[in-house]
Amino acid sequence: MNRVVVDPITRIEGHLRIEAETAANGAITSAYSSGTMVRGIELILKGRDPRDAWAFAQRICGVCTLVHGIASVRAVENALDYKIPPNAQLIRNLMIAAQYVHDHVMHFYHLHALDWVDVVSALSADPAATSTLAQSISSWPNSSPGYFADVQKKLKGFVEAGQLGIFANGFWGHPEFKLPAEANLMAVAHYLEALDWQRNVVQIHTIFGGKNPHPNFLVGGAPSPISVDSGGAAATAVNLEGLNTVKTVIGKMQQFVDQVYLPDTLAIASFYKDWFARGEGIGNFMTYGDFPEKGMDDPSSWLIPSGIILDRDLSTIHPVDMNDPEQIQEFVSHSYYDYGGGKDQGLHPYVGETNLNYSGPTPPYEQLDVANSYSWLKSPRWRGKPMEVGPLSRVLMLYAKGHEPTKELAAKALGQLDLPLTAMFSTLGRTAARTLESKIIVDQMQIWLTNLIDNIRAGDLSVHNPVKWDPSTWPAEAKGVGFMEAPRGGLAHWIVIKNGKIDNYQAVVPSTWNAGPRDTGGQPGAYEAALMDRHTLHDPKQPLEIQRTIHSFDPCIACAVHVTDPNGEELTQIKVR
Amino acid sequence: MAEHETVGELLARRGITRRALLKYTAYLASVMALAPSASKVMAQALSETRRQSVIWLSFQECTGCTESLTRSFSPTLEDLIFDLISLDYHETLQAVSGAAAEEARLAAMEENKGKYVVVVDGSVSTKDGGVYSTNAGKTNLEVLKETAADALAVISVGTCAAFGGIPHANPNPTGAVAVSDIIKDKPIINIPGCPPIAEAIAGTVGYLVTFGSIPELDDKGRPKSFFGDSIHDRCYRRPFYDRGLFAKSFDDEGARKGWCLYEVGCKGPVTYNACATLKWNGGVSFPIQSGHGCLGCSEPNFWDKGSFYRALPADTGVNGGVVAGAAVAGAAVGAASAWMARRRKERAIEEAKS
Repeated sequence: MNRVVVDPITRIEGHLRIEAETAANGAITSAYSSGTMVRGIELILKGRDPRDAWAFAQRICGVCTLVHGIASVRAVENALDYKIPPNAQLIRNLMIAAQYVHDHVMHFYHLHALDWVDVVSALSADPAATSTLAQSISSWPNSSPGYFADVQKKLKGFVEAGQLGIFANGFWGHPEFKLPAEANLMAVAHYLEALDWQRNVVQIHTIFGGKNPHPNFLVGGAPSPISVDSGGAAATAVNLEGLNTVKTVIGKMQQFVDQVYLPDTLAIASFYKDWFARGEGIGNFMTYGDFPEKGMDDPSSWLIPSGIILDRDLSTIHPVDMNDPEQIQEFVSHSYYDYGGGKDQGLHPYVGETNLNYSGPTPPYEQLDVANSYSWLKSPRWRGKPMEVGPLSRVLMLYAKGHEPTKELAAKALGQLDLPLTAMFSTLGRTAARTLESKIIVDQMQIWLTNLIDNIRAGDLSVHNPVKWDPSTWPAEAKGVGFMEAPRGGLAHWIVIKNGKIDNYQAVVPSTWNAGPRDTGGQPGAYEAALMDRHTLHDPKQPLEIQRTIHSFDPCIACAVHVTDPNGEELTQIKVR
Repeated sequence: MAEHETVGELLARRGITRRALLKYTAYLASVMALAPSASKVMAQALSETRRQSVIWLSFQECTGCTESLTRSFSPTLEDLIFDLISLDYHETLQAVSGAAAEEARLAAMEENKGKYVVVVDGSVSTKDGGVYSTNAGKTNLEVLKETAADALAVISVGTCAAFGGIPHANPNPTGAVAVSDIIKDKPIINIPGCPPIAEAIAGTVGYLVTFGSIPELDDKGRPKSFFGDSIHDRCYRRPFYDRGLFAKSFDDEGARKGWCLYEVGCKGPVTYNACATLKWNGGVSFPIQSGHGCLGCSEPNFWDKGSFYRALPADTGVNGGVVAGAAVAGAAVGAASAWMARRRKERAIEEAKS
C-alpha cells in the first residue's frame, strides 16, 4: 500500500491537501481530504452590528466574492422579517448571475483546463488546421489561421525563453493528455481570451456594488441608488450609461458562453469520455434554491428549486428545512474541533459549537493521522447523510423538476457526446453541468435587466427599504437563516441577534459539504468518495488523475474553513464603539 | 540562449518593438506619477534584463487579491506573466500540484538567489507555532522566513499581508500578524486594500521589476503614487460635502443625486487610496459612485473602528455631529487638505527632477 500526498492542490481557492492510498497497480483504495488553513471569521463577527456582518462574511472568500455577502444580508433580513424592494431583488439576481458565469468560465479555463490541455503540445499544432477545427465547432470570430499562428508564436517565445513561470514542472507529455495539438492550441487561445473577457464581466458588480472583488451590499436592499433625472447623468453609477454598460456586458457574456465555453466543453469532453465513467461522489444531491422573481419567501418564483435527491433517484425530491434541528447538522469526529457533549454528536448550526483543538502532527509533517482528526473542515450531514452540492446537483434538480430549457440543453449535449443521462454522475459530468447551468443562467440575465429598466420607466426607483434600518426598531432577540446557491453549491448562514448585536453566527458552505472529512460513522465526504471511484494513477509522482477529479468540484477551501473558537475559552464579547 | 534571454530580446522575437515598450513604460510612468523622462530609463532597463523571478505566497487569505490582479487593465496579468515577470510559484495559477509545485519554488529560489521578489497575500498565523495555516506540511511562518531569506524585496499585497487584515481583527483567534511583523531585514512594500485596486498591484510590481528599486513610500509603507491622497480629497462628491449637502439614507433624494455619503458612514476622509482617481475595473465606478460609503479598507485595523454605517467622529477633523456647521467645517478642512495634496504633488515633482 502506497501513500500519495498532494499538497498543495494548486489551481483552486485556498489550502487543500489530498492523501490517497494506492494498490500496487496505482488504483486508489482510500482517499482523505484536508483543509489546512483557518482564520476564525465567525468568532470575529460576534458582538458586532448585524448590518456590518456582510462585509466580514464576504471576506470568507474573494473568488466566489459576493456569495457570503448575499447570504449574510439575507440571514439578517430573515431574522428581522425585513422586506426588500423588487428592484433590489433584481439587482441582486443580476450580480449573483454575473458571479456564476464569471466564476464558471474562469474555473474552466484558468483552474481546470490544464488538467486536460497540454500547453506544450500546442507548440506543434498547425494553425490552419486549428482554424478549421475552431470554425467547425463555433462561429466565434477569433478563429483565423493567422490568429492562431500569433497565439502560437507568443507561446513559443515564452517557452523558448527558458522561464516557464506558472507552467513550470507541469505534467506535459503525460499519456493521459488526449487532445490533438490543434485542440490544445485552441484551448490556450481561449485561456488568454477568457482572461481578457472576464475583466468586463465584473463591471456589472462595479456598477451596482462599486468594486470587484468584494462589491458592497446592504441589509434591506441594494446600495445602488438609481439616478435618472435628478442631479444629472453622473450622479450615481446606476444611471443611463451604467445600465447600458450592464446590457452590453450581458451580451458579451451570452456570446462567450454560446460560442466559446459551451462548444469548448463539448469538444474537449469528447476526447475524454472515460471520465464520464468515474469520479462519482456519493449519489446524494442537495440544493437550497435561488434567483427569486418575487422574493426569497416565495419559493415558487425561484429559478433554481430546492430539494434533495437520494441515491441517484430523480423521481423523488425530498424537501429540505434549514430550521429543523434534525436535518442539517455538523460533525467533528475527524476535524480539529471538540464539542462540549462529545466529539461524536452532530449539532445544528443555531446551537453549533466550534472549539478549535489542533491535534494533527507537528509541522513540518509528512503524513496526516487519518485514523483520527485530519482537517480544519467539519463534516456537514443532512439527516446523517453526506450530500454533494454544486452545479451537478442544480442541473439534476432542474432536470428532475422538469425545467424545459435544462432538459433540452442536457439532451442536446449528451446527444452530441452519445452518452446517457447517468454519465452525469462523474468527474466530467460535474464539469459539464457547470457549463450547462452557465447557459441557463446567462439567458435569464437580459430578462432581469429588462424588468429592472421597466420598473424604472414606470417610476419605481426604490432600491432600499429604510423601515427597519435603525436597530431600535428590532426585537430584543431574533434569529434567522440566509441561504443562496453559490457557484460551488448551496450556502447558508445562520444568525442569532441579541440586543442589536450578533450573538452567534454560523456559515455552512458548499465546499464544506463536498470537501469535508469522514463523519462519525466513517462515511466519506464527496471529494473522498469521488477519488475512490475508479481512479488508477498512471504515475504516482504525477497525480494528474487526482487533480482532474478534485478540480471538477471547483474547490474553495477558504470558504470551507472559516470557523474557530480558540481552545474552548469563554467567548469574549467585542465592544463595538 | 534561452537561459539568459532578456525581456528586450523576448519582446523583439515576439515582434514587439522598442516603440511599444516605450509606450508601456510611459503608461507606467504616468500612473506612478513619475517624470516623463523616466519612461526611457525604464524601457532601457527592461530591455536589458531577464524576466524578474516572482514567488507569490498565499497564507491566511481569501484569494481576493489574486482575483483583483486578474482584473488589471494595464498592465494586464497576461502582460505581467508573459513579458515582465516569471511567476515561478503561485498556487492559484500554476499548472502543477503537490511536490512538483514545491520543487518549482525551491528551484526559483536557488536560481535567482538574492534577486527574486516575494509577493505575499494573507496574514501569517503565529499562535501555537502557526498550526492554523500550513502548506505542504509546513507552517506559513516557516515558508515565509525560508523564502524571504534570499529575496530582493517583499511586496505585501492586500490589507491582510500589509496590516494583518480580517484574521487580525478582534479577537484575532489565530494570532494573525502582518508580514512586516515577521520580516525585518528586507525592503517591504505594502499595497493594502481589501482587495487592492488591480492597477496598484500590477503597477507596483511593474515599477519594481523595471527599476529594480522601491517606489517612494508613505509612513505605512505604501507607494505614495497610489496612496498619497485621501479618497475624500479626490472624491467627485466633494463639492456636495463642501456645500453641506448630504444623503441622509441610502435611497433618499440626496442619495439619488449623488450627494456626500459622510452621514451614512463614509470613511473616505480618513482613507488613503486611489479609488476616486483610478477607480475600479476599467474605471466604470468606485464604491462611493455606486452609492455605498467607503469602508476604509486600505487602512490598518479598519475592521475594528466601529460600524461602517456610523458617521466619522468630529475628532477626525470633519464635523458630522452638527449638520448646520458641516458646510463651514468642511470648507475649512477641504481647503487644508487641498493645500496638503498640492504640497505632496510639488514635492513629488521636485523629487522627480532631482
